[in-house]
Amino acid sequence: MIVHFEPASEEGIASVVRSAAAERVTLAIVGGGTRSGLGNPVRADRTLSTRRLSGIVTYNPAEMTMSALAGTPLAEVEAALAAKGQMLSFEPMDHRGILGTTGEPTIGGTFAANVSGPRRYVAGAARDSLLGVRFVNGRGELIKAGGRVMKNVTGLDLVKLMAGSYGTLGILTEVTFKVLPVPPAAATVVVEGLNDAQAAAVMAEAMAQPVEVSGAAHLPESVRGRFIDGALPEGAATVLRLEGLAASVEMRAEKLAAALSRFGSASKLDAGQTKALWAEIRDVKPYADGTARPLWRLSVPPSAGQQLVAALRLQTGVDAFYDWQGGLVWLRMEAEAEAELVRRYVRALGGGHATLVRADGEARARIPAFEPQAPAVAQLAERVRASFDPARIFNPGRLAAVA
Amino acid sequence: MPETIGFLKPRQAVLDRRGEIIADLADLLPEGCLISDERGLKPFETDAFLAYRRLPLAVVLPETTEQVAAVLKYCSRYGIPVVPRGAGTSLSGGAIPQEDAIVVGLSKMSRILDVDLFNRTATVQAGVTNLYISEAVGADGFFYAPDPSSQLACTIGGNIGMNSGGAHCLKYGVTTNNLLGVKMVLFDGTVIELGGKALDAPGYDLLGLVCGSEGQLGIVTEATVRLIAKPEGARPVLFGFAASEAAGSCVADIIGSGIIPVAIEFMDKPAIEICEAFAHAGYPLDVEALLIVEVEGSEAEMEAMLQGIIEIARRHGVVTIKESQSALEAALIWKGRKSAFGATGRVADYICMDGTVPLSQLSHVLRRTGEIVASYGLRVANVFHAGDGNMHPLILYNINDPADAARAEAAGNDILKLCVDAGGCLTGEHGVGIEKRDLMHHQYNKADLDQQMAVRAAFDPQWLLNPSKVFPLEGRPQA
Repeated sequence: MIVHFEPASEEGIASVVRSAAAERVTLAIVGGGTRSGLGNPVRADRTLSTRRLSGIVTYNPAEMTMSALAGTPLAEVEAALAAKGQMLSFEPMDHRGILGTTGEPTIGGTFAANVSGPRRYVAGAARDSLLGVRFVNGRGELIKAGGRVMKNVTGLDLVKLMAGSYGTLGILTEVTFKVLPVPPAAATVVVEGLNDAQAAAVMAEAMAQPVEVSGAAHLPESVRGRFIDGALPEGAATVLRLEGLAASVEMRAEKLAAALSRFGSASKLDAGQTKALWAEIRDVKPYADGTARPLWRLSVPPSAGQQLVAALRLQTGVDAFYDWQGGLVWLRMEAEAEAELVRRYVRALGGGHATLVRADGEARARIPAFEPQAPAVAQLAERVRASFDPARIFNPGRLAAVA
Repeated sequence: MPETIGFLKPRQAVLDRRGEIIADLADLLPEGCLISDERGLKPFETDAFLAYRRLPLAVVLPETTEQVAAVLKYCSRYGIPVVPRGAGTSLSGGAIPQEDAIVVGLSKMSRILDVDLFNRTATVQAGVTNLYISEAVGADGFFYAPDPSSQLACTIGGNIGMNSGGAHCLKYGVTTNNLLGVKMVLFDGTVIELGGKALDAPGYDLLGLVCGSEGQLGIVTEATVRLIAKPEGARPVLFGFAASEAAGSCVADIIGSGIIPVAIEFMDKPAIEICEAFAHAGYPLDVEALLIVEVEGSEAEMEAMLQGIIEIARRHGVVTIKESQSALEAALIWKGRKSAFGATGRVADYICMDGTVPLSQLSHVLRRTGEIVASYGLRVANVFHAGDGNMHPLILYNINDPADAARAEAAGNDILKLCVDAGGCLTGEHGVGIEKRDLMHHQYNKADLDQQMAVRAAFDPQWLLNPSKVFPLEGRPQA
């Protein structure tokens, strides 16, 4: 039986890690467990959960920063922020829908997986909001990095390194992050009936306008009906979000629709529909389908997204929609994961990377979830990892290039 | 002046081989890319942290990434320290060499390689100046956001080294938030690429680690940065206050209200006088403190934001409000602010601090800064990025008076400790360099620093890249 540790303090975690390191016992690090399907399967001797390390430590709305223990439920953080009219600017996605997991996502897990959403391409990823961390490294030492101020270049930026390290460098115990005011108004301009290539051009044009688009997604006809209860107009929908002061959103929406009028007819969604739509885009609703059909997350230059999907369509059965101006492609395979094909095309069409977010157990065991890196970078990453966790006890296998 | 900040002792074995090393470097590089005579080396002996200087063993000015790689491979093989250099505008001594070091200057690598407006990226060589990028894409309606005051001279490579900020990063973030990828040379000459035109990269965020690493992890030769559509309009507005504390608490209230302007800059009376005398920007001279608040967007948006800000400023007893009436006036307002350091240099020598504090501590830290500097019998001018709490007290002194210089340094150290104790940090955007190196213990404990140094050693196990900087000289892990 796998022994499960749930220390209730930083010192408790450090102490478990020190013994584990001494005995070369490997640890799977979990928060709420809602994202445990991300990355390669972990094979560890024991499990350590940060669940009991929970609670908001400090929240000063006037300084736009919050510190919370790693196991604090994300919902608790977001509720506390909402009560003061603030939010996480990076819109972390909820993976429960597509992965079919249950439980509560934690703030630590959110940063450990650098989970971001639609606003990421203008407001930065989780890593850009993270100001400071406390973590226990693989030697069982409690380390702090960064702080609680917006600008800080004092020493090496270990904060960035911890974000997105999937618990392989250290166990986050406390995170301090920047928050932003909730925009008082929001609207979405919908350009109707574009094909993928036209939509890419429209989104690029929108981003070149001085109207501060804060979300740019393209929802082809195949997925359009699955958003906001089918309330989007017929045909493909290219959706552009505007946020800010009410009068300003109104004016910018008009300006944007006028600038794009030559591409197709445009309509507008109100604040309520806007909120629902972007939450569903964020959570990849069309593919939260209760299946294990292979789902890829492609992060590529925006111009390459639709070219990639068009090229893959000629080879195999795929369905896709686009966020981040076309640079984030959610790609669901009809049958096999086709890892070799997908990754070859990503390389051929301008670079970026492909992450296998979901697949059945057999495919997950066979296909590296994360894009294999160039050998020199992989070696460097391994040396960096060894500097945190020399005994390699944290989440063995999670980031492995070959599972 | 007496030097209180130490450098690593030059390696005698390297100094002894000077002639041989110079001959070898000459073989690795094209004509005109190597400087080894004393007169030629002189301009490279310091940076904008003028109080310290060291003549390097030689300076190389490579023209390609391959040449940088060849030099680093050579230096790593023979154990020769290397100090990377952009434009030499570091305010913390980040580019000051040492006697046994080869300076690798990137000034010849100054081309824009690719502008991709569809994907809103620019790929540039490391020696391209910050402002040049914005100029190159300005006609198309885009700009590169981080804008350090030295942006006319400083290079993108140096910006990455220090994770530079600027006045407008309150809204747009600092270098690390605007950097998508780099090509860099590791110390053994290996060339790697991190990131690219996609928004994120697989694996550890090594790009985030490299940004702000002060030339200790490798030498960046190319960078891909994000471009942003220029706002329709931008307008700086001057708010004068009868007391610094009132201006400080006004800043905290503006941010706390949910209004985030593009920039909020602070100047106290000495700074206002110095900058006005230089730039004739129309700053009010009858106030104790001045805020430059910039809003952007359409006319109506700027108007709406300004109304909110003016209301808050009134609550804090603002005595003067002056809106710029033309592009020329707006340009002058920024010229005055951005030339603050240079203008100060005309009236006195100064050292510039760079601590960042939480906004709630701004007024307290300002007051204590004044008291500390006065207690050393010196004067201070404050001009800084108030919106993100990044303070820049300029301590005025006479560089030719050793006692005065020592007092200035001591006052500076006290101020930085004050910033850390107020919940802030030693440096917000200038970097640790040599200047704040020995204060690192005040912000980090041994375990914190050891972890950082272990990461550093993973990149450069011999500790040869910019070795006298950032980390205290004692307690470094041995290769």
